[in-house]
Amino acid sequence: MTQNTTLYIQYLQEHTSLPVQGQRETTAGPPPGKKVVLELDVNGERHELLVPVHKTLLEVLREDLDLTGTKHGCELGECGACAVLVDGEAILSCLALPIECQSPSAIVTVEGLAEGSRLHPLQETFAELGAAQCGYCTPGMLITAKALLDSTPTPTRDQIVDALSGNLCRCTGYLKIFEAVELAAARVVA
Amino acid sequence: MNEEEFDVVGTPLARQDGLPKTTGSARYADDLKLPRMAFCRLLRATRPHARIVSIDTSRATDYPGVLAVITGEDLPVKYGVLPVGQDEQALCTDKVRYIGDAVAAVATVDEQTADAALDLIEVTYEDLPTYLSIEEGLTRPGEPIHEGKFGNAHRAAALEFGDVDAALAEADEVFEDTYFFQGNTHLPLEQHACIAEWNPAGKLTLWSSTQSPHYVHKELAKALGLSEDQVRVVAPPVGGGFGGKLELFQHEAVAARLAMLTGRPIKAALNREEVFYCHRGRHPVLMWIKTGWTSDGHLKGMDFKSFVDGGAYMSYGAASLYYTGALQAVCEHVPAYRWQGVRVLTNKPPCGPKRGHGTPQPRYALECHFDAVAERLGVPVLELRRKNFLMPNSKTVNHLRITSNGLRECVDIVARESKFEARHGKLPFGKGVGFAVGAYLCGAGLPLYWNDMPHSSVDIRLDRSGVVTVSCGQIDIGQGSNSMLVTVVSEALGCRPEQISLVSADTDLTPIDLGSYSSRVTFMAGNAAISAATQLRNLLIGAASAELDLPAEELVLRRGTLTRRDGLGAPLSFPELVKLAESRNGALTATGSYKPPRLAGPFKGSGVGPSPAYSYTAAVAEVDVDPETGWVTVERIWLAHDIGRALNPVLVQGQVEGSIYMALGEVLMEEQEFRGDRGPRVLGVHRVPSMLEYKSPTTFEMPEIHTFLVETIDPEGPFGAKEVGQGPLLPVIPAVANAVYDAVGVRIDETPITPEKVLRALEAANRRFGPTKLPTYPFPRLQKVDPPWAMGSEHAAPATV
Repeated sequence: MTQNTTLYIQYLQEHTSLPVQGQRETTAGPPPGKKVVLELDVNGERHELLVPVHKTLLEVLREDLDLTGTKHGCELGECGACAVLVDGEAILSCLALPIECQSPSAIVTVEGLAEGSRLHPLQETFAELGAAQCGYCTPGMLITAKALLDSTPTPTRDQIVDALSGNLCRCTGYLKIFEAVELAAARVVA
Repeated sequence: MNEEEFDVVGTPLARQDGLPKTTGSARYADDLKLPRMAFCRLLRATRPHARIVSIDTSRATDYPGVLAVITGEDLPVKYGVLPVGQDEQALCTDKVRYIGDAVAAVATVDEQTADAALDLIEVTYEDLPTYLSIEEGLTRPGEPIHEGKFGNAHRAAALEFGDVDAALAEADEVFEDTYFFQGNTHLPLEQHACIAEWNPAGKLTLWSSTQSPHYVHKELAKALGLSEDQVRVVAPPVGGGFGGKLELFQHEAVAARLAMLTGRPIKAALNREEVFYCHRGRHPVLMWIKTGWTSDGHLKGMDFKSFVDGGAYMSYGAASLYYTGALQAVCEHVPAYRWQGVRVLTNKPPCGPKRGHGTPQPRYALECHFDAVAERLGVPVLELRRKNFLMPNSKTVNHLRITSNGLRECVDIVARESKFEARHGKLPFGKGVGFAVGAYLCGAGLPLYWNDMPHSSVDIRLDRSGVVTVSCGQIDIGQGSNSMLVTVVSEALGCRPEQISLVSADTDLTPIDLGSYSSRVTFMAGNAAISAATQLRNLLIGAASAELDLPAEELVLRRGTLTRRDGLGAPLSFPELVKLAESRNGALTATGSYKPPRLAGPFKGSGVGPSPAYSYTAAVAEVDVDPETGWVTVERIWLAHDIGRALNPVLVQGQVEGSIYMALGEVLMEEQEFRGDRGPRVLGVHRVPSMLEYKSPTTFEMPEIHTFLVETIDPEGPFGAKEVGQGPLLPVIPAVANAVYDAVGVRIDETPITPEKVLRALEAANRRFGPTKLPTYPFPRLQKVDPPWAMGSEHAAPATV
């Protein structure tokens, strides 16, 4: 059991009357209404939110903050489409609880990659090289690549392949994505 | 216009939708949110084949937060994407046919409440016999999956062109092989989602992630019992399709009905498991092929049988079935050809069109067979292939018109670049190279329902600001069709690409386009766009010509500026030009449309296969096979594709790379698996309905790719362009299989080529893994058709180099 899951169960046990493990209670009652107050720092903006405890970070970002750039691809941590940065580290927001990512942790989504109207070089090179085809994996790819470039400014092809190996793309065959990361790295360094 | 004069065509213009997709501002169906929006979820069958005895929804109806609960009684009308396939229901009324079929649905204030409410619906089933394979579908007794006089063998066809028995009897050598192509699924990153809104004045709007707003429009109206003018379908950007979003799905009709019942906008967003149940993916196909040859390697005749596992519904199945027999003769000159096929219903999610629609399976069989034949005849494989290739401007034995054909050049390029002839059969044990070719349609020549109307239309409106508004029903699912329109219109009109504002995929606002399937959009919407743009260009230049009192030939309109050939006078900006023309002609709009030429042959079933053009591809794969583990690593792919003309070489290359990627998934790992063991457990359960368990290639699996584009400048394509979205997938699968044989000497005649199959073949006496027998099935009486050259019409050119 991952640390996330353990924390989640612990949290639910402390804060809700939901049956946490075992079967869902099917006989009764109104849906659980338990909510929690969260303070999230997303893309440099502070948000205070009251959200149902069961919501993942992905759901809170998309549904409560309307940051729909981050995508659902599986909700099981399998595809990488929902990656966001938390304190500079790329994490899967579909497996993260917002309570773990509260302020002062800084969350960055694809909407926060640009500085004002100045795009991050990755955003430009992905567009220029056709590294985004259908575009659904793109936010997760950009976020993961951003984390890579921040820690490894001039990555080798192998390092790029390795860093993006948890992000599935069905359109591009990945090659244009590798090239876009390399081109962006060159631009960042320059 | 000669080639050097192109301003936009042939340039690597950045994708029209590139920046929206990299900034997170592109809004897909699941990103949309409407005021008062509620949610729906579907209750899905837990039995593979069962009669519905009763459904008790009372407890769900009473559950707090539930707005409505519906069952099949609320949506009883049968529908289907093909006129011959009206066999689906949004919610099943009488019985369920696969695990995942929908039986009831709820509308609720949020998604969590919906899940809880579904648990309160009680369905009583009475189990029926389960059919999970072609063999079971054909032979197991019991109630068939659908009513019909042919039982589970619901569609069959038998065609013969020329006298195949005579051709095989006269042949010096005859060879036969059997292959099985396993089913696999599209797995788009975007899970299906939609929002339905009902205007009580009588209009239903559906925003949905679909590849064909038009077909969804027609099917949805039928399923809801509305007239078509009461339904509007809008497709936001689609996060991948590959054929998996080409018709009405249960959740779309359900969301629409619930919106009508509750008076609130209803969102349906499927989870990944449900996407596996929607499926409509690659049909599993069992194939048998027999060919006759002269001893020096000329093909005399071909006999082919396809046994197609359809899943539980028709979907595109009648077309899919014919496609397993339609394109066998587009690469080689086949003097006589017989094809018999049957599609069998099984209790699994329905199969349908996936990239290559029905043709990757026979292409795999053909190309592996030809590789084996070359060895048996003792003729080098490329020599054998080159002796038989079809010429450009010819006809196939089954009456397909071939125009531009760059196959020979493609073969020469990949052979040269990969040094194939120097390395094939000569590499150390464990290393191998394999060769294959393929061809694909540039758009189906006929629509899904019979009509004489255009397949695609484009409206262009010029605003005096200089904005060029281009409207077309086409939908960009990632393949780049938006960018294609920008390139084609800016070139044909003479404006800058940045001036163009696109309106796409809205059945109320945009003119017809049938959808993003059969690689048709570039060819058809592209030609429609050229027609509309040319009309407006002529108006603009005509106005300037009159104003300046100069012949039109003296004026040049390029990149948004009008100049004089003699270099005199001040240039006119595009807005100035529009104002001039608008003053003279009134509002400036034009419509262009495209309908393929009539190409169907003189026989029943000839609607599948014709296309205004065919793309051609050749590929060489280089593999490493570990004989200890059976592990296959594809190290390099060389692929040359006859694109006609590359409107945007970067986007074309992206489609080639994506096709290679998808082919590698199909040949090495991807497969639909269902629990088929006998015993107390429920049969027909999808074993791997998740992205982790359904194995698809990651960044680690991508080989080195060398792409080469061959430009044959098709006489009917827009600026000579042909398709690239599907054709390049076709040869890669058999090229890998043939490379595995070259590496370790085993024939893996069944996809995917897993390590286990390689090991079993290495241990087998016949050094092969694959099917060994065919089901017994009485195919219908053969429909005998003369080849075109025997009918006095245009002859197929002889197959000489």
